[in-house]
Amino acid sequence: MSAPATSTLSIRDLHASIGEKPILKGLSLEIPKGEVHAIMGKNGAGKSTLAKIMAGHPDYTVTSGDVLLDGESILGMEPDVRARLGLFLAFQYPMEIPGVTIANFIRAALQARLPQGEELEATEYYAKLYAKMDALSVPRNFTSRSVNEGFSGGEKKRCEILQMAMLEPSYAVLDETDSGLDIDALKIVSAGVNALRGPNIGMLVITHYQRLLDYIVPDKVHVMSDGRIIHSGDKELALKLEAQGYDWVEKEYADAQSAL
Amino acid sequence: MSLSATSEVSIEEIPPVGSTGVTGLAPRPDSSPSSRWPQWFQQDQQKAWETFTTLRQPKRNDEPWRFANLKAIDLSDFQLAGPVQDPAALIRRSEGLSKTCAKMIFANDEMIHRDAQGLPNNVLLIPLDQAACEHEDLFRKSFMSSEVRLGSKKFSALHRARLSTGAFLHVPKNVVIEHPIEIWYWVEGEQASIFPHTLIVLEEGASATVIDRFVSAHNERSLAIAVNDLMLGGNSRLTYVGVQNWSDKVTAFHLNTTEVEKDATSTALQMNFGGSYVRGESDSHLLGEGSRSVMLSVNPASGTREIDQRTFQDHFAPRATSDLLYHNSLADSSRTIFAGLIKVEEAAHETDAYQKVRNLMLSDEAEANSMPGLEILADNVRCTHGATSGEVNEDELFYMMARGIPAKQAAQLIVRGFFGTVLERLENEHLQTHLGTLLDRKLNL
Repeated sequence: MSAPATSTLSIRDLHASIGEKPILKGLSLEIPKGEVHAIMGKNGAGKSTLAKIMAGHPDYTVTSGDVLLDGESILGMEPDVRARLGLFLAFQYPMEIPGVTIANFIRAALQARLPQGEELEATEYYAKLYAKMDALSVPRNFTSRSVNEGFSGGEKKRCEILQMAMLEPSYAVLDETDSGLDIDALKIVSAGVNALRGPNIGMLVITHYQRLLDYIVPDKVHVMSDGRIIHSGDKELALKLEAQGYDWVEKEYADAQSAL
Repeated sequence: MSLSATSEVSIEEIPPVGSTGVTGLAPRPDSSPSSRWPQWFQQDQQKAWETFTTLRQPKRNDEPWRFANLKAIDLSDFQLAGPVQDPAALIRRSEGLSKTCAKMIFANDEMIHRDAQGLPNNVLLIPLDQAACEHEDLFRKSFMSSEVRLGSKKFSALHRARLSTGAFLHVPKNVVIEHPIEIWYWVEGEQASIFPHTLIVLEEGASATVIDRFVSAHNERSLAIAVNDLMLGGNSRLTYVGVQNWSDKVTAFHLNTTEVEKDATSTALQMNFGGSYVRGESDSHLLGEGSRSVMLSVNPASGTREIDQRTFQDHFAPRATSDLLYHNSLADSSRTIFAGLIKVEEAAHETDAYQKVRNLMLSDEAEANSMPGLEILADNVRCTHGATSGEVNEDELFYMMARGIPAKQAAQLIVRGFFGTVLERLENEHLQTHLGTLLDRKLNL
């Protein structure tokens, strides 16, 4: 059951490095629209780096391989072009932008998606913004607060999901969206993510802990280690990893490699 | 009081100008603008002219002029401004805040419009010359009453000598003016010089918001030496904003003195959008216990503009607060200079004094000079000062681009936000929105 290349986010044998140091060493992954995939792995496996490279962070150099969004290579594109094509990254550590209000920030992002000369309709925009905020339990007065400034961890993550809800991407990468959240915040954020699931979006959830996957139940789970995907399975794999750790997968992978 | 008395200074009486070379600004016997002023003030002006001609031009080694482009303050080819061509057009162009309770418009140092109907009856908003005639004691007590301490003594003297009119606001005890008062100063003419003046006196418990707007009628090279004096009586509240939007060719001085009595709060913001060389001097006197002076400035510098700001936070009384926040963004080959001094006099125990200057560097050719200073003579005080310079944060930029915002626009938004944090300090949403719109326009957002 493989989706046609035109409706998948496809990562093909991706190699990338920061400076001279290789971080991704031949990573491949297919995320069809309509599915939620999870990437799990130890600290330092390169999970967050993968997210940044997909979004086009200038610190990393892709040395070989490709990332295709609905069949189109996005490597070499500026981060804003990738975003406007439909890729969204929910940051592990969202930046604070002093003096730029959430309302203005999201509006600028939406405005950038309109053809030249077309203005975003303000009334509709606010109606939609307030509806999404209500759904995510983000107080309405947050619209006039500076982006992420003085926000708690939970508020920052809710704000990331709010942006995702407003920008309606075709593919979303959620980087450690559960980090720093208490159980109540985790439930709210997960409910927000689940509400966005559907046939028109593919999601990649990067997480350290199985806990998040109790709330955002994935279609597939991948294990990342040393810049590669070393094992894939269904949602049960997450539970097994939680119970048994990562050593067994790494050993299996190493055995398989040496057998080649 | 008689207004007919005039003392026209004949050209022969003017001391030789020598190296100051400012004949174009010398008093002219044929068209003396001083005719509206009382005799005593005219004599005062004559003395001021002598002071101006006696004091030498600032030199490179003068501390208050360190780093300044001294060529810019050579005033030798400026003339006194004549009447403007089309006052009605300027009145039409004087569109600012949507909600004001009074408005005055000056063009080339003549009042061309005044609407003060929205003010409470006992509030005075009148031309300065009228105030000198009709409210002599009040005027004498508050008009340029303190010493010019930040370097521009000579130019302040020229201002006093050539002053033609200006705005005088007096708010009596416990009168609260709800909506802002807006005062426009237009300059028109190549090499024309004007001398805008706003004098605000708040009596005990009074409250007001005043916006001064400084505008060029055309893209011309002119000179403006503007003075604003803010006198706050006990427990009064003043919000003052100077929106400087001169043409890019203007040489401008904006000289401020603020005196704050017991438990009063002054919040003053200077926004510099235009000008070729802009010298700002802001001298706050914390005179009363529990007084507070918030000193703000927003400076989006570009082109070859030079913004040269000198400040003084002088604490005389205990438990007072001064809080300075200046934000500069520097594009192209613009320059900024900031020199600020916090001084805590012996009696000023438990002073809170803050001074923060941030330079956002947008170009390798731009240059920011910051010279913060502290002098503490009292015990148990809390003072912080600091100047930082940095570029647009790459991580912030990436974050915004990851939302689909193009790099250039993302950088503009970051700059806009950088200034937004200063506007927030006004704690006045209506003003903040309006000034934010002006900023958006300036930054092409």
